[in-house]
Amino acid sequence: MSEKTVSRQDAEATSAGVGETLVEVNDLKTYYEAGGLVDSNPVKAVDGVNFEIKRGETLGLVGESGCGKTTLGRTLVQLEQATDGEVLFDGTDVTKLSGEELKRWRRNTQIVFQDPESSLNDRMTIGEIIREPLDVHGVGTPQERREKVRNLLETVGLRPEHYYRYPHQFSGGQRQRIGIARALALEPEFIVLDEPVSALDVSVQAKILNLLEELQEEFGLTYLFIAHDLSVVRHICDRVVVMYLGNVMELGDTEEMFVDPANPYTHALLSAIPDPDPTSEKERIMLQGTPPSPRDPPSGCPFSTRCPMKIRPEKYREMDDELWTAIGIYRNVLRERSRADRSLTDQLRETLGMQTKFSDIEEIRTEVFGDLDMPAEVEQHIDESAAYVADNKESKALEYLQGEFGSVCDTEHPGDNVVSDTGRTSLCHRHLPEYEEPAEYSDVELKTTQG
Amino acid sequence: MSVESPEEQADVRGTGEVLLSVEELRTVFYTDKEVIRAVDGVSFDIHRGETVGIVGESGSGKSVTARSIMRLIESPGQILPESSIQFAGEELTEKTEKQMQGIRGGDVAMVFQDPLTSLNPVYSVGNQIKEALRLHQGMRGTQATQEAIDLLEAVGIPDAARRVEEYPHQFSGGMRQRAVIAMALACDPELLICDEPTTALDVTIQAQILDLLKSLQEDHGLAIMFITHDMGVIAEIADRVNVMYAGEIIENAPVVELFESPRHPYTEGLLSSIPGNNPSGDRLTTIEGEVPTPNEEATYCRFAPRCPKEFGECTSVHPVSVPVNADADDHTAACLLYPEDSSSAEAIERHQNAGGHTEVTNE
Repeated sequence: MSEKTVSRQDAEATSAGVGETLVEVNDLKTYYEAGGLVDSNPVKAVDGVNFEIKRGETLGLVGESGCGKTTLGRTLVQLEQATDGEVLFDGTDVTKLSGEELKRWRRNTQIVFQDPESSLNDRMTIGEIIREPLDVHGVGTPQERREKVRNLLETVGLRPEHYYRYPHQFSGGQRQRIGIARALALEPEFIVLDEPVSALDVSVQAKILNLLEELQEEFGLTYLFIAHDLSVVRHICDRVVVMYLGNVMELGDTEEMFVDPANPYTHALLSAIPDPDPTSEKERIMLQGTPPSPRDPPSGCPFSTRCPMKIRPEKYREMDDELWTAIGIYRNVLRERSRADRSLTDQLRETLGMQTKFSDIEEIRTEVFGDLDMPAEVEQHIDESAAYVADNKESKALEYLQGEFGSVCDTEHPGDNVVSDTGRTSLCHRHLPEYEEPAEYSDVELKTTQG
Repeated sequence: MSVESPEEQADVRGTGEVLLSVEELRTVFYTDKEVIRAVDGVSFDIHRGETVGIVGESGSGKSVTARSIMRLIESPGQILPESSIQFAGEELTEKTEKQMQGIRGGDVAMVFQDPLTSLNPVYSVGNQIKEALRLHQGMRGTQATQEAIDLLEAVGIPDAARRVEEYPHQFSGGMRQRAVIAMALACDPELLICDEPTTALDVTIQAQILDLLKSLQEDHGLAIMFITHDMGVIAEIADRVNVMYAGEIIENAPVVELFESPRHPYTEGLLSSIPGNNPSGDRLTTIEGEVPTPNEEATYCRFAPRCPKEFGECTSVHPVSVPVNADADDHTAACLLYPEDSSSAEAIERHQNAGGHTEVTNE
């Protein structure tokens, strides 16, 4: 690798190259606590993602907490070690860099952290904080560095005399400006913004968003914008990646995705945003439960345990929606039980044939199914599975239910399907020709269930 | 301020009587340097069965208002003696600490922002619910356990019989907040104060919690005081909204009215700085400057330095809450521009005459 590829190109080259690929991520995986000798069961924070970021664009990265978006952002700037896959910057795989090369490359990529309270050292002055990257990389003379810091302070809307103040003298919005100035100090091309406005009030948030847009125009920056607030993403991003449980569920043009989402998860996520209009009568898709543990993701589609549009086996296509949802909840309860730890006392009670907190399957049945009308056939399957649970064989019961009510969603990981002319992709079996598209399905079926 | 409501609000306000009435609430904090008037003359009502939203930026005094109602203000903070908090006809500011303990968690319950810090990590979730049941209803043993299980089921936690013996760390964020709500509901309160209950949660989980609160309100006829900084959440859950700025309520209106025609320049600015309201617009509208710290008596409009509509008198006359025009008996704003149907001079005089003065001395 030559000096040329890793160091920052001059501004002209940057502006000339707008639109070409700057970052390419191929099958990237980041696991935590991997590499146990006997029983390796890592947390799959990022589990095989592919995307690219074009020069000069803002790519949004959204998802619920725990979906791996921060880990992905940190892996891109090499704050986390990738487990597998590659991250190409201008064609160089940076996951393989080390030592001097890595340090030189780091000048080119910076990160702005979420919490301006904890990302600034309280014992350093603002000037020292912003100058630190310049000192580390030995840029210019001390005199030049100080001058540069003063200019940076003005660039982000602070005053040069703030140089000698301490972080506690600033408000949240001003602190975030300091964090941005620090990220800009080395004139990077690429900045990861990890929830830069989540901790701020709306009126302050608006100012920071405007600042970020101005800086992008002025310096030709490329952003990866991580957020969970979708209205912010819609405002600032050119393209969006929707993540769920370490997987990219949908990837494509922002406006197109907000107007016409393809993936069932995107549908649900968008419908969950509270609309700042009390008269709006938006159809809301209420998701059941919480995302499963990334240590033990579902075997098929990552979203299959919560998906309201899951593909049903042929013979249950006409089943009552409420009953179908109840069966889903029932399976989730059993899945969680099979994972819960049994204490020693529980095991003892079991062997002695005493009541344990795990044995009240009948109660769960009444709780989940209530007085729902159940066809005899379905009832028989539930009985069968309940019998397994009563024997403390939850996994057997799950297998049984899987065989009866499962579909391709439970068994096969869906591929990326191209869903529009602009090359938007979505991870869902429903895009395959043999099934109904999520959009069609939701129009028909969901309106009836979400009363 | 309890007056006949216009038609659109009749279904909510018409039936319920006033449950909580806060009058001229002033909560101040004495520091070495200055006196911070965190809540400075706040008045509002909550009727039975309705949801009243309190919205504002950080530092506007929302949480201090809630804590004052619960009498959770500790030294150097103090609720000034002129303040009145009437709950179901009783004056809360005159209660002794012991009497307050019976009310807190009993008739008035509170849900805080971060469920992880409001749950004790070393007790099982069931234990913590049972504690509330024991203190307020004297329930013990298997009866209490069964009640705790029922409560967890009521807030939508599946497999409650097993969950009741688990510890907070075994719950996910959304489930923890459900458990906290279950605890708050344990003694069948009449008023539930929610202080940013969904801020720490994801949108999909937030939707679940808001849905849960709405259905609980229907089932129990709860009155909810809902504090948030998220205008979207307010639009979704509140019947009426109070907008707070620097310790004062600067606008009060039914939710639809507030979003359709905000009157106070601050509310207008707040609504237009939401990114969702102008999706493809180039730049977001912003409000210049920062929220001031209310550390002196307001003899002027605290929003004036940031206000796009500021004029001469704004710096010398303190605006009070007045109806926005003669016909609006349900929409007030604290701004010298209102009432909008009286002349500027009349309006200013009205504000001037109404402005009471309270001395706060540094002891």
